[in-house]
Amino acid sequence: METTDIGLWGVPLAMLGGAIRVSTPFIFVSLGEAITERSGRINLGLEGTLVFGAMSAYAVAVMTGSPWLGLLAAALAGLCFGLFHGWICKFPKVNDIAIGIALMLFGTGLAFFFGKPFIQPSAPDLPAIPFGAWSDIPQVQAALNVNVLFLIGAALAVFLWWAFRNTRIGLIVRVVGDSADAARAMGLNPNTVRLLATGVGGALAGIGGAYLSLYYPGSWTERISSGQGLMAVALVIFARWNPLGCFAAALLFGGAGALGPALQSVGVTQGYYLFYAAPYILTLVIMIATSSPSRTLAGAPGELSITK
Amino acid sequence: MADTVSSPDLRSILDARGYRAALEWIARRAEAFVIPLAALVVGMVLFSLFILAVGKSPVQLYETMWRGGFGSWFSIQNSLSRGAPLLLAALCVALPARLGLVVIGGEGAIVLGGVAAAAIGVALNGAPSFLVILLMGVGGAAAGGIWIGVVGALRHYRAVNETISSLLMAYIAIALMNHLVEGPLRDPASLNKPSTQPLADIYRIGNIPGMEVHWGLVVGILACVFSWLLIEKTRWGFAARIAGGNVRAAQVQGLAVGPLIVGFTALAGGFAGLAGMLEVAAVQGSANGSLAAGYGYTGILVAFLARHNPLAIIPVAILLGGIDASGGLIQRRMDLPDATVLVLQGMLFIVILFSETFYGRFKLFNPDLWQRST
Repeated sequence: METTDIGLWGVPLAMLGGAIRVSTPFIFVSLGEAITERSGRINLGLEGTLVFGAMSAYAVAVMTGSPWLGLLAAALAGLCFGLFHGWICKFPKVNDIAIGIALMLFGTGLAFFFGKPFIQPSAPDLPAIPFGAWSDIPQVQAALNVNVLFLIGAALAVFLWWAFRNTRIGLIVRVVGDSADAARAMGLNPNTVRLLATGVGGALAGIGGAYLSLYYPGSWTERISSGQGLMAVALVIFARWNPLGCFAAALLFGGAGALGPALQSVGVTQGYYLFYAAPYILTLVIMIATSSPSRTLAGAPGELSITK
Repeated sequence: MADTVSSPDLRSILDARGYRAALEWIARRAEAFVIPLAALVVGMVLFSLFILAVGKSPVQLYETMWRGGFGSWFSIQNSLSRGAPLLLAALCVALPARLGLVVIGGEGAIVLGGVAAAAIGVALNGAPSFLVILLMGVGGAAAGGIWIGVVGALRHYRAVNETISSLLMAYIAIALMNHLVEGPLRDPASLNKPSTQPLADIYRIGNIPGMEVHWGLVVGILACVFSWLLIEKTRWGFAARIAGGNVRAAQVQGLAVGPLIVGFTALAGGFAGLAGMLEVAAVQGSANGSLAAGYGYTGILVAFLARHNPLAIIPVAILLGGIDASGGLIQRRMDLPDATVLVLQGMLFIVILFSETFYGRFKLFNPDLWQRST
């Protein structure tokens, strides 16, 4: 592909394309975490789930030749991790945050253990749709080459937003998250609801991982995730547990993550490594700006340990 | 239990205050030893099943692990060397934990402590060695202390969750280190592995006489003992334990919770920063990417295994140092990936956290539930 000189316009364009590319795993992980946190638990282990999902998706795609089977494998693996977290946290005195940290280390370790043989071979990619085909400028084409998972993620965000408000299941999850006692009075078992909510959250995080290894960056390495799973947890708080907010925040984070490569593409190499810190700094600044010692956050599930 | 005993002699012995009190004393403390040890055993059994499932012999694995970690004087020294930074990294988790905070970003403090120490060591080249080493230690501890102290301050004054913010700060610290090591502080002679300029030999920290273990081990053990004394024997530690139990109660009592949190987190970060300084001064000789070797993350596991007791951190850190040290041998002898050790650590971590649920459940460990003998 020949590059046309479009000067500094390349930066916002590359950031737009980058935002779409980089944000997809954030969308899935944060939507998954939103479901889990709405039910009153927090799963910090999604970072490990993301890495294990990336590895299992890549391994299955290499072995079967089908990226979709890889995606399925990642979702199933994520489901298992989520169900495990949900099960173990139902025991008294077991701290959900600490278990999340343990699962983060365990998931990453397990992914490295089984992923060793798959660092070399290449797997088929998940398909993308070229929305930029109308343009002659290669940068525009590149920016608007949108992966199907991004579109699924966007649709899922709208669906979850609707479902939390308008469906019976959405109401059940919210009741359990706001008051376990009220849920018990309604005849619901909070542990079962949380088990399923954490399981679904894990499955979505696994899909996010599959995107990492099967589309962008598109290969399996041990450094495939650099805290995306964790940033997604912070992002859910920023988005006030609202799925549409999660989607918007994920785009913002994706844009911040694309800043470094975008500047590099137009020849800015000064402070290159500092730009890589942009998403982390942005997350931190947002957390500082939106937290307050005197009031609880609007929209926070009442049972959540992180906001108590 | 004494009801079945008819002999008055035995009964009087059982009723004797000293004997009974001794038994109660042992029972109350036994729980803190028996449950973690049992969890450790269960974790190792589960890991055996995992190793069986991938078609290797767990017996051979544990034998190799023993040989690589503790089987010879050479391997023991190796384990002690690897345990040294873990002592300090674990304190970075354990001290805030006594205040009820889960800080997991010690890796960032280690990395920045190392960079600060290397920068000081290079800038002061030519000055007397004891002064430079002292300043490197102070600088490393200050860098780490500020980094984690900020996490504590954000927690107290802005209610920012410390678990997430500390990990974000760790990523920022690593980016900052890469920037400094590849840019302003880079030694032009370091081609393949960007590093700061190497420290002059007189500024390097040597080994403990008669051992192949650097002085960092002594520093780490002293830091653990100091932390234990601080928590258990001083009024600040007492205040911290109250605040860790119930923040509101501590505030009602008029304790200055804010300074307490910032002070403890800064001290914790200072220890981690010192670990980074020791890595630079005793092991690497310059600051480079090897500083982010994961000591901060293994330190989390050490602290939780030790249940945030600074004295218990000493044996646990050496044990995990040994497991770490045996990773290479396991990889070569058994044709297993180097991540095998990570899987074991993850399993141990989960089982240990799960074992929390058993505290206070066993009558054996709770003399209050024993049948009264009179």
